[in-house]
Amino acid sequence: MNVLEINELNVSFATEEGVVHALKDVSFTVPERRVVGVVGESGCGKSTLINAILGLLAKNGRIDGGTILFEAGSDLTRLGPAEMRALRGVRISTVFQDPMGALNPVISVGRQMANVQYRSGRSQAEKMALAAAMLRQVRIPDATAALGRYPHEFSGGMKQRIAIAMALMMEPALLIADEPTTALDATLEVATIELLRELQEKIGCSVLFISHHLGVIAELCDDVVVMYAGEVVERGTTRQVFNDPRHPYTQRLLECDPARQAQRVRRLPTIAGEIPDLRCRPAGCIFAPRCFRRFDACAKAPPEQDIGGGHVARCFLAEQPETAKERT
Amino acid sequence: MLDYAVKRLGLAVVIVSVAMLLLFSMIYLIPGDPASVALGPRATEAMKAALRERMGLDQPIWVQFWNFYSRAWMGDLGTEVLSERPVLTVVGEQLPYTLALVAGGITWSVALGIPLGCWAAVRRGSWIDRVVGVLSVAVIAVPSFVVAIYALLIFAVALQWLPAIGAGKPGDLGDQLVHLILPSLAVGLGWVGYIARIVRASMLEVLEASHIRTAYAFGLPDRLIIYRYALSIAILPTVTLLGIGVGQMLSSAVFAEIVFSRPGIGKLVYDAILTRNFPVVSGAVLVTTAFFVLLNLLADLIVGALDPRVRSSF
Repeated sequence: MNVLEINELNVSFATEEGVVHALKDVSFTVPERRVVGVVGESGCGKSTLINAILGLLAKNGRIDGGTILFEAGSDLTRLGPAEMRALRGVRISTVFQDPMGALNPVISVGRQMANVQYRSGRSQAEKMALAAAMLRQVRIPDATAALGRYPHEFSGGMKQRIAIAMALMMEPALLIADEPTTALDATLEVATIELLRELQEKIGCSVLFISHHLGVIAELCDDVVVMYAGEVVERGTTRQVFNDPRHPYTQRLLECDPARQAQRVRRLPTIAGEIPDLRCRPAGCIFAPRCFRRFDACAKAPPEQDIGGGHVARCFLAEQPETAKERT
Repeated sequence: MLDYAVKRLGLAVVIVSVAMLLLFSMIYLIPGDPASVALGPRATEAMKAALRERMGLDQPIWVQFWNFYSRAWMGDLGTEVLSERPVLTVVGEQLPYTLALVAGGITWSVALGIPLGCWAAVRRGSWIDRVVGVLSVAVIAVPSFVVAIYALLIFAVALQWLPAIGAGKPGDLGDQLVHLILPSLAVGLGWVGYIARIVRASMLEVLEASHIRTAYAFGLPDRLIIYRYALSIAILPTVTLLGIGVGQMLSSAVFAEIVFSRPGIGKLVYDAILTRNFPVVSGAVLVTTAFFVLLNLLADLIVGALDPRVRSSF
């Protein structure tokens, strides 16, 4: 069963400079008990995707089409504010990027964790007991005393663990993790990833993991969705996408990963060009202006090409791996 | 926390001392001889000289200041020129009226300013926001004595809803509160505007914070997010602002007390200046200054109590 099934999702924002098409025909699924990574440069639509799922798009944002099926039932694009609120924090939880600012500075950690359980019908003592148990699970020392402390009394890594505890406390079906490790240093990053994996397996939830850090995605995720300028350009299992990338953008992106540089280079590789202006998307393939494999057919938008085994890339050449000659 | 309070108290002593020095030099520079004013035109030179000697006016200025300064800290603010009653007693009698007036002003400004600012921020760009924006500037721009006069004309004279003069029957709390409504409105109305603007601005800032986004992502009810998660942070600048506001309200209390013929420090000082009753002037101003400094200290401590981040930095 799929916990989340996104079909042909289109989202646009009305701005003073014109309509920005932030997401175009986005489709992918998050199967039960799997960790799906969404990777892409800044501005590729990752945040818009999260907000669309959560029903928290800015006032000028609009879902122009498509469906977001949650737990094979309700279409999140059609739910009202009250129905969406009932899901948030209970069935769908979120951990945000910035652990410093994600918790309220003037409310104690315990009180914040109890507030999240406001719909549970538990007594205050039960809420606090659950909060303490959750803090213990994320290895916050002296969990009972920690309930009475305020966010600024914890380190960045601890704050992020508290945020994870808060998100998983209600045992959601889906955890959305929005670059949860980006603000942490490298050792904390590894520890946090391991903790997330451990808790995910324990609770049995699915995770939608947003990151631009390829190493983290490769480490943690079962499936990968590669986004570029508001479109899904490639998706498949982590092994498929990382070992056999078929979309030129994915190929370039993997080449640019500093961790993949075999030898010292004076200058790290980059992808030439910029993300196109989303107010006037090019008619054809969105990556064509920056793609060195483009040819006449790219003037039309390529359909998703099925490479097999759930591996899909939105490129006419997806089934023809690039030759060594082309690369140089 | 204790360290901080002690440090702030030390600073308060310095501030009050400087205020005393300024006060003393100001009175010294005012033209007119207190002795001749006090004794009237028919007093002889010998009588005036005797009074001057008794008031210490014949001594060098620095001795006069030292006497004034050291006695003030002991609670001796001298005696009134005519009745010879201790100034502290005279000021103490009037002080509650003025404090009630300022407390009323704070109540108005908090009770109206915070909700208005909060609503304007939550419904940003709506008609409520625009009305609050225009009104807040308007009430800030109008001086409190103008508010006092118009409030008097409209609510007391034309509509006759509220009493025009006095502070109410002694001992009758209800009557005194009714008499407090218009004067305290005159004192506090401008601050309704200030506070509405400050709360609106800081509320808009807090609502953008990522922890508010987190709160929405956890499906918390809007009311809890707005009032507990956002407003409790957004009102912090208000408390500091009110500490300063008390000073301005104390000075607008002078006008309100004169317009509404209320007893109080303002009225006392006004009358004392007209009669060159300098010990009362300096005593009243000194007590007011001390209160202002004290209330500022209190405001900082309240911010500490409300904001755990500030509390732990004490």
